[in-house]
Amino acid sequence: MKEKLEKIKAEALKQIEASNALEKLNEIKVNYLGKKGELTAVLKSMKDVAPEDRPKVGQLVNETRGEIEKVLDEAIKKMEKMKRELQMKAETIDVTLPAKKNNVGHRHPNTIALEEVERIFIGMGYEVVEGPEIETDYYNFEALNIPADHPAKDEQDTFYINEDFLLRTQTSGTQVHEMEKGKLPIRMLAPGRVFRSDEVDATHSPSFHQIEGLVIDKTITFADLKGTLAEFAKELFGEETKVKFRPHHFNFTEPSAEMDVTCFKCGGSGCRFCKGSGWIEILGCGMVHPNVLKMSNIDPEEYSGFAFGVGLERIALLKYEIDDMRLLYENDSRFLKQF
Amino acid sequence: MNTALSWIKAYVPELECGDQEYTDAMTLTGTKVETFERLDKNLEKIYVGQIMSIERHPDADKLIICQVNLGTQKLQIVTGASNVKVGDKVPVVIDGGKVAGGHDGGALPEEGIVIKNGKLRGVESFGMMCSIEELGANRDMYPNAPEEGIYIFPEETEVDADAVDALGLRDTVFEYEITSNRVDCYSILGIAREAAATFDKPFIAPVVTVKENNEKIEDYISVEVKDQDLCSRYCARVCTNIKIAPSPEWMQRRLAASGIRPINNLVDITNYVMEEFGQPMHAFDLDTVAGKKIIVRRAKENEEFQTLDGQMRKLDSEILMICDAEKEIGIAGIMGGENSKITDNVKTVMFEAACFNGANIRKSAKRLGLRTDASGKFEKGLDPYNAEIAINRACQLIQELGCGEVVSGMVDVSISLKENTRIAFRPDRINQLLGTNVSIEDMQAIFKKIELGYDEKTNELVIPSFRQDLEGIADIAEEVARFYGYDKIPTTLPNGEATTGKMPFKLRIEEKARDIAEYCGFSQGYCYSFESPKVYDKLLLDSDDVLRNAIVISNPLGEDFSIMRTISLNGMLTSIATNYNRRNKSVRLYELGNVYLPKALPLKELPDERMQFTLGMYGDGDFFSMKGVVEEFFECVGMTKKVNYDPNANKNFLHPGRQANIIYDDAIVGYMGEVHPEVADNYGIGTKAYVAVLDMPNIISFATFERKYEGIAKYPAVTRDISMVVPKLILVGEIEKIITQRGGKILEDYKLFDIYEGEQIKEGFKSVAYSISFRAKDRTLEDNDVNAAMKKILNGLESMGIELRQ
Repeated sequence: MKEKLEKIKAEALKQIEASNALEKLNEIKVNYLGKKGELTAVLKSMKDVAPEDRPKVGQLVNETRGEIEKVLDEAIKKMEKMKRELQMKAETIDVTLPAKKNNVGHRHPNTIALEEVERIFIGMGYEVVEGPEIETDYYNFEALNIPADHPAKDEQDTFYINEDFLLRTQTSGTQVHEMEKGKLPIRMLAPGRVFRSDEVDATHSPSFHQIEGLVIDKTITFADLKGTLAEFAKELFGEETKVKFRPHHFNFTEPSAEMDVTCFKCGGSGCRFCKGSGWIEILGCGMVHPNVLKMSNIDPEEYSGFAFGVGLERIALLKYEIDDMRLLYENDSRFLKQF
Repeated sequence: MNTALSWIKAYVPELECGDQEYTDAMTLTGTKVETFERLDKNLEKIYVGQIMSIERHPDADKLIICQVNLGTQKLQIVTGASNVKVGDKVPVVIDGGKVAGGHDGGALPEEGIVIKNGKLRGVESFGMMCSIEELGANRDMYPNAPEEGIYIFPEETEVDADAVDALGLRDTVFEYEITSNRVDCYSILGIAREAAATFDKPFIAPVVTVKENNEKIEDYISVEVKDQDLCSRYCARVCTNIKIAPSPEWMQRRLAASGIRPINNLVDITNYVMEEFGQPMHAFDLDTVAGKKIIVRRAKENEEFQTLDGQMRKLDSEILMICDAEKEIGIAGIMGGENSKITDNVKTVMFEAACFNGANIRKSAKRLGLRTDASGKFEKGLDPYNAEIAINRACQLIQELGCGEVVSGMVDVSISLKENTRIAFRPDRINQLLGTNVSIEDMQAIFKKIELGYDEKTNELVIPSFRQDLEGIADIAEEVARFYGYDKIPTTLPNGEATTGKMPFKLRIEEKARDIAEYCGFSQGYCYSFESPKVYDKLLLDSDDVLRNAIVISNPLGEDFSIMRTISLNGMLTSIATNYNRRNKSVRLYELGNVYLPKALPLKELPDERMQFTLGMYGDGDFFSMKGVVEEFFECVGMTKKVNYDPNANKNFLHPGRQANIIYDDAIVGYMGEVHPEVADNYGIGTKAYVAVLDMPNIISFATFERKYEGIAKYPAVTRDISMVVPKLILVGEIEKIITQRGGKILEDYKLFDIYEGEQIKEGFKSVAYSISFRAKDRTLEDNDVNAAMKKILNGLESMGIELRQ
């Protein structure tokens, strides 16, 4: 019996050794270990073995089975591995072939800049609001301390619909809408489209965008205005950015200022970009004029506030070094793809 | 405003600073310097030389050889200039020196021109004699310079002196940006006052005294102001025995540096005083003034008047005129008349210094299309107190420059001269507004510098009349801030009640729209809000289409920008055409922008501004790709119900067989389709293009960010496929409607998996196949359940004339 098993085993191992395909190995498995296989046949012939020898023979059969199984499994594994390797080798691709892209679209540089500004001020507790683009004379001028016949009205080259209605020349009117709601304190940011009668060229557009900011509370100071806008400039243009405030004049703020930031191209040492000055003018701002507060029923003795206005296109042009404003309205896909 | 620094220094004699230092300091106190230009730029080693002898060049007819005395040295210089003679004193640049430009007066080279010893036609020349153009100046500044040739100094000029000094070119011209509130700074004295305060040096105003003759002004002129609302002050003085001559060089140069061309002593004096005091002056030839009388009144409607530039001007009844007893002789504050203008033969002059209503002057100048230096100053609203000292200054100069005699007295019609403004001095409030701790003493020192008075009794600041911009405590705070230094004010962040940063729902939905459009390959464009009324024809709109009722801009930049758009498609199609013409392949664009729908025309109330989400594309993709974008967006903003499409959208600008209204919850929320080939032609788009327009206010009414988890199905679904032969005219949308209506609660989903027309299908029919799946939440479906549902659906389909295929 033992010899028989040894023989079976030797034969099986020989066949395993000689086989070169997975199918073959499976066949060997069936032939030797399967229900109708040789080892099963040996087990089946146990009835011919003396009962006292049966456990021993059974053990022998199982050992043989185990040994064949072990070798066979290893061979199968090896074969599978070889097969996979072959397959993978055949599947090798040229990884430098072009990518299959989803061709995602691109946001307009104006919007990217706007979202950036919004993110900064929302983080400081500002609420984003909107106002109408076609406005009344009152909200665009009068309520902002620009009375009828004021030369500032001419300076802004207003598009009129008729005597009462116009295309807003500034987002500042939204300040008034917000103050009139009577809810204090106010921290608002009002982005939007504005219009001025400038012919289209590389630096002008009859329609562009502003972002207006307004803060009204009980103890707001000019120092708060400086601090807030300095933070904003650092967030938008980088931690190294310095700011400079120069006195200026706007009808709806007093004191008023213009803010310059250190040129982000040369860092302030002076280059062609900043015309050698090291500074770039970025926004107008100031403390809300008491007349403006009064007209919106806010007591200037109790409350004070600051306001600022940023040109969105100006930021986008500067930040992305776009040299012609017309590009922003042509919508050439080769331009838009770059953002 | 352009001004030579030397003129400013005339009133701030102790001012000493570099050009850049001056620029920075003035800018930081609010008188912004835009640019400056040194007049002696690139002028080096140039001295006054005297020509001792002249001889002909042996080999050149047009050249001469001069021996020039420069005091310490004598130089031989060869020149081609023909205007010099022995004894002339001329500017000489010596070896290694520099001049600013060429003798042709063309653009000045950035680095100037270096002069070296050399030979001209074999004769040695040790330097160069200069023309005024080579010195970087021009005949506006030096009217006595020859039109061509070497500049010749006055006889009294010292030999070997610095020629640049002698010419007064050691100077810098500054250009300022003056803000509209600082009317006083549109003058030399105003800027000088600011400079003095900025550098903390004394400001010395010119001493104005007039030497008068024995005559009385009453014998010459009287003034009547009829329209007092437009003229708050009218001062007149008379000068006789006028002798017209060139004005002195110092005056010419100051004017020229300010960009004013010197003419003669009389004109120059009026211009000089206008620059110096900011008060426009006018001079009338008194012999042309009838009746010895000036009347200030409004013009008559439609009258014509010839201004001194020879032009005929059409007047209206809001234009203020200066008249004599018989006729009009000048448009007040804008320009004098041809009939009273100063000629070289003038003998007696009447000066006018007035204060006219700024708004009226501004509007009149605009209507007349005639803006002058004078009107530009008047329209800002002048200080009526300034008129008197300015007219006296002009008379002083007439007398001092030997231009004439000054008649005793002044006619002064002052309507209502405002008293000085008084503002309560509240140092705490000032510090509170600024966030500073400036001491009272420091504030008082600042007030003193800028000539604000202080009334100790009432604790009030007394504002000088020239500071019309100072009205309240906030203005005073700015004055303190300016001279305390904006840069010294601390930087803090607002404390006080905390607020939450917020983005309104509308803007959040718009952000989603951008996200989805971009995921789907669309890039964002920006389009103008105004366009041409011709757009409606390009879009084939019916003549009575309501979209033609657009808001019209009364003063547009031109027809192309004259109406506020009522439809967003023109911008999109224009952008698509731009891309198509530039051969950009497969372009997808979107825009978020308003249309402006008037409630009634002419506009009586604010229009409806409706945000439109417009998508446009050509190249890859078709109608159904566009539909995909729409539905992706809807799902993303929580609009999960079935979207319906009605082909009867009646859009003239879309392909009649390829257009649809987009319907959500029974509301039309937009439309989409292929651009009508004729419209595509109108825009020059030579390919199929697809657009979709979503009306955002409508979308926003359905949109939501709320989501509820519904559980993932536990029980299996049962799927049934049906294949049908459908009359061609029936839309699959109608089949789907039947499936949804009749499928019952257990209907889970359906999918069109085949649609076919052609062979094997009879004429007028199409083959359509759906896979319909059913599922119950609480149990495994039995065949009966599904059969019952399917039966209902099939019955419904059959009643529409649809045959089932087996």
